[in-house]
Amino acid sequence: MRAIRRKEFREYRRNGNLVFATAILPLIFLIQPVIQVFTLPTSASMTLRHEHSLVYMLAIPVLVPAVLASYAVVGERLQGTLEPVLTTPVRPEELLLGKAMAAFVPSVVVAYAVFALFVAIVEFFARPAVASALIQGPDLLAQLLFTPLLASWSIWVGIAISARSSDPRTAGQISVLMSVPTVAVTTLIALNVIPATLGIAVGFGAALLVLVLVGWRVVSVIFDPERLITNTN
Amino acid sequence: MQVSGYRDGPAIRVAGLGKRFGDRVAFEDVSFEVGYGEVFGFLGPNGAGKTTTVRTLGTLVVPSSGSATVAGLPLTPDNGVEIRRRIAIMPESPGLYLRLSVAENLECFADLYEVPDGPGRIDRALQAVDLTRRAQDVCGALSKGLRQRVALARALLSDPEVLFLDEPTAGLDPVATLDVYELIDGLRRRGVTIFLTTHRLEEAERLCDRVAILNTTLRAVGPPAQLRDRLFAKTLTVRTVVPLADPDALFTGLPTVEGWRRDGSAGYVLIVSDPAHAAPSVTRALVAAGADVLSIGESRHSLEDVYLQLIDQRSESGTP
Repeated sequence: MRAIRRKEFREYRRNGNLVFATAILPLIFLIQPVIQVFTLPTSASMTLRHEHSLVYMLAIPVLVPAVLASYAVVGERLQGTLEPVLTTPVRPEELLLGKAMAAFVPSVVVAYAVFALFVAIVEFFARPAVASALIQGPDLLAQLLFTPLLASWSIWVGIAISARSSDPRTAGQISVLMSVPTVAVTTLIALNVIPATLGIAVGFGAALLVLVLVGWRVVSVIFDPERLITNTN
Repeated sequence: MQVSGYRDGPAIRVAGLGKRFGDRVAFEDVSFEVGYGEVFGFLGPNGAGKTTTVRTLGTLVVPSSGSATVAGLPLTPDNGVEIRRRIAIMPESPGLYLRLSVAENLECFADLYEVPDGPGRIDRALQAVDLTRRAQDVCGALSKGLRQRVALARALLSDPEVLFLDEPTAGLDPVATLDVYELIDGLRRRGVTIFLTTHRLEEAERLCDRVAILNTTLRAVGPPAQLRDRLFAKTLTVRTVVPLADPDALFTGLPTVEGWRRDGSAGYVLIVSDPAHAAPSVTRALVAAGADVLSIGESRHSLEDVYLQLIDQRSESGTP
């Protein structure tokens, strides 16, 4: 798994398209709220206290890994490297876990970093009342706990799509599209349409945990070396 | 599963192996054995099932029928990892990470094979294919021939017992091709079993101890010379300055000469059982008859003749 992870990191760094696609999404999710926060008057803090705007940023650990993971299998097929890799003693499960880890680490790091940057900007530059209304303990905890779960789920969806695709761009687009329902849920929580209660959080977390485990099993089945190498169905 | 003393048996044993993709037969009822240290050529036209056979033996494709033993281990899903640990496959397409350097590509595969002394193995593999000076070059910037050599270096990393080479000289210039031939000879001397898939018949004739000719089913297996003898009668070709007056009287009855036919106005092809014994007696008879002899020589059929004959037989029999 370490070999796969190391190789993937090297490839990510040198794949300009992938770096761009990975960087642009967090920037969108950072710049727009920052501008909004600076324009908010102090009076807005009352409304903000009843919302969970920070949860909106949970879209980052959903979207970033979707882009990375969608390249995982189809990228290897495109380069013709899948066959040489599978002729080594590595097990398909190890290959998948290596690829998942390689997408997980940068996704979570980027998500936490962007979130930390946003919180720092709000804390230092927003109006104090707005800052205190925005930055709430439970939201910080939710960000901390749900980021790895959402990233894991998104990675398995991305790898599953990648294993069934023959074009990296299509795989990327479908993966992002498949992330929309999850992003919609986090956005609805942020806007208080879905109440952000402890029960909802626990239920959402448990559901995600189950989805991650099911996702891993499904991807293990979908990833059929014979079909991928011989291009047969 | 480690099997002690597995080197006593053949390196590869295939019995009635077949693979179907739905209704399409990739190959069927294939049986052969390859001994340790042998260079075994696997020939056949495009679509004959050569690559699928290699993928099957390399545990990448599950056979539909038959059985096999690879590097001493039965070809079963449970033995996949251990078989792949003992073999290496160089596929037809180099399949390199084009954004990574030559050294980084090899590092990745050295890690995947979990080879001890990775850097040392990488250096030796690069030396073997004469690529030490290009180690830091990005693979995407290399020519097709150089990429082929990197793929060969990658196949050598794990020091395999059985090495599957699929068209190893495709895209190589003549000098690099000779280097690969020398490399294969060197591996043979070290006792590495080489399963060579190639379209270059002269390559197979030069390198292989035995060859198998596949066209969905196996058409023949054996040393090239034996296949020639099996398919073609041994012949002597005689050329004289002027046509012989009575060639039938001259050639009939000579020791080991079994028949003859004309080959042009002053040429004769003699079917013989033993060219070494027939040639002196034919020469003496020609001289005694006062013939002006231009040449007498044994007709040599190439592996290409054997190959074409077997593929033609296949077409004539109407089998797909």
